[in-house]
Amino acid sequence: MKEVLLNPQLWAATLAMATPLALPALGGTFSERSGVVNIAMEGIMLIAAFFAVVFAHATGSAWLGLLGAMIVGLIVALIFAWAAVSLTANQIILGMAINIFASGITAYLLNTMYGFTGTPTDTPMLPTIDIPGIKNIPFLGQVLSGHSVVVYLMIIILFISDYFLFHTNLGLRLRAVGENPEAAETAGIDVIKLRYLGVALSGILSAMGGAYLSIGALNSFNPDMTSGRGYIALAAMIFGKWTPFGSFGAALLFGFATALSMQLQNTAFSKNIIMMLPYILTILALVGVGGKSVPPAADGVPYTPKK
Amino acid sequence: MKNILKELYIPVVAVLIAIVIGSIIMIITGFNPINAYASLFIGAFGSVNNIANTLANAVPLILTGLGVAISFKAGLFNIGAEGQYWIGAIVGVWIGYSFSGLPWYIHIPFALIAAMIAGGLWAGLIPGLAKAYTGANEVITTMMMSYIAIYFSHFLLEFGPMMEKGGTIPQSPIIKESAVIPFLIQNTQLSYGIFIALVAAVFVYWLMFKTTWGFEMRAVGYNQRAARYAGMNVPLNMVLSLGLSGVFAGLAGAVQMLGVQHRLYDSFTSGYGYTAIVVALLANNNPIGVIFAAILFAALGTGSQYMQLNAQVPGQMADVITGLIVFFVAAHRVAEVIKGMFAKKQKKEAEA
Repeated sequence: MKEVLLNPQLWAATLAMATPLALPALGGTFSERSGVVNIAMEGIMLIAAFFAVVFAHATGSAWLGLLGAMIVGLIVALIFAWAAVSLTANQIILGMAINIFASGITAYLLNTMYGFTGTPTDTPMLPTIDIPGIKNIPFLGQVLSGHSVVVYLMIIILFISDYFLFHTNLGLRLRAVGENPEAAETAGIDVIKLRYLGVALSGILSAMGGAYLSIGALNSFNPDMTSGRGYIALAAMIFGKWTPFGSFGAALLFGFATALSMQLQNTAFSKNIIMMLPYILTILALVGVGGKSVPPAADGVPYTPKK
Repeated sequence: MKNILKELYIPVVAVLIAIVIGSIIMIITGFNPINAYASLFIGAFGSVNNIANTLANAVPLILTGLGVAISFKAGLFNIGAEGQYWIGAIVGVWIGYSFSGLPWYIHIPFALIAAMIAGGLWAGLIPGLAKAYTGANEVITTMMMSYIAIYFSHFLLEFGPMMEKGGTIPQSPIIKESAVIPFLIQNTQLSYGIFIALVAAVFVYWLMFKTTWGFEMRAVGYNQRAARYAGMNVPLNMVLSLGLSGVFAGLAGAVQMLGVQHRLYDSFTSGYGYTAIVVALLANNNPIGVIFAAILFAALGTGSQYMQLNAQVPGQMADVITGLIVFFVAAHRVAEVIKGMFAKKQKKEAEA
């Protein structure tokens, strides 16, 4: 066990595994802080993972793949927002609908566009980055350096998210809309517009998470390759008490469980028991063990403007 | 009659819109939608065997769909039917292969009832109590319990206590002959389990609409505060309705094991627990409607395999259509928007 924990690969894998959870978890924080529960993040990640490959292969540029994926993610998020915010439809059911649709349409398009052999093997990948200085520090260099560029983008987005949500006027308004939309509207805030913003951000960030899976960690798309990460991100966000740094911390914890279970693949200790831990911890957090996780007051409740 | 038409209006319109969008996607990707839908229909209902397989697919969907419908009616979102299904399947299979020498009329009910209890506890104990007494959102807790159930099954099957001795594939032993629910039509997947599903639907209808407890459950779902003022025990009702919801999902798992699979395979999802949500939604939580909604989605499932073989359209088109149906059932106010657009246009034309 000690050998496993002292292996820098374990900690590097933790960070890599945490990235596709942290990005949608940060996105979900924006969405839920504005009062919209977005379980469609799972489907948005999947669609984005697919279109990242499509655009990257078609243009020959992984960066354009990432950009294309983010635009597609934004479009799906806006369709979700239109139904959830403007038509006040049930957010959970809409999310399920988009997730089922995403699973179907990506596998369908994979077959019709690329046949049964899978996505092209010459699809470009997003670059990895060596951090000068840190790179040469023993242990730490192996853990922190040499990751996909998306990992470092995620860290930057993490700081921006925290600043935006808790230190800007717009962030304050976004949170007000999720806590008490009536009061926010009385104060002259456009509830609907801010909820669209929250959902849009969750779509873009989930799409980045999806693109990381297909053109960051790999250079191919497989059906249902997100395998529930959008839902796990939701759990990370809750475990992190709807804050960016909390979400990131929880994503690291969940990433650690995954990395550890992979390292323990060949030992007697069951990896499947370790994989259960994040879910058990999330339930404990919701029940109130170790400081209760309380959602924004108007989270999930559609709002109809009074005027 | 008018009421039935009103109930049918939203699902029928949603299905039609989904079919139209599905056609557009097929045309863009170079397929003939009429051929595709025709072969889908033949695959689902074209022969006695096809009908039998469609009905066989509907059995777990009816049972899990009933479970989800119960929780929805009580105002709770049990989206963890998948996990309760797995727990029922685990318990059902375990009893199915570990006890020998029992007559079938004891072995089968024993396995089914134990699976129902297990499914009920899986939903009622943690998510139910957590919701009732700490307010923990059941959407998340039931979903988390699903993952725990699935990893638990991996743990049991992948070189764990339930893996077949001497085997190399992660799967359980085959259940004993005395635990098998026999097939109704040979060479199909249809077992006598279909009758269990139909009886369950009638039972849930009776429970929901003809008993005091069903009334209380619906009252809690409709208006919690009013139910509390009327002296109803709201937390208890929540635990019971989530528990009952899990009972039917657990039953679904056991019926599938005893009637169709006869052993538990290692897999990431059965898919039934998620489609169950769609079934309950399309049926507007009416237990009798659940039967028809389950048959519709089961038909999409069996028909799509035939469609892939005969019209070369990838079978995942079924998921695309399912997702679209759910989207438009949820966003049924889209009809108002379209009507509004026409009204505006007409008004403009009238003014011009």
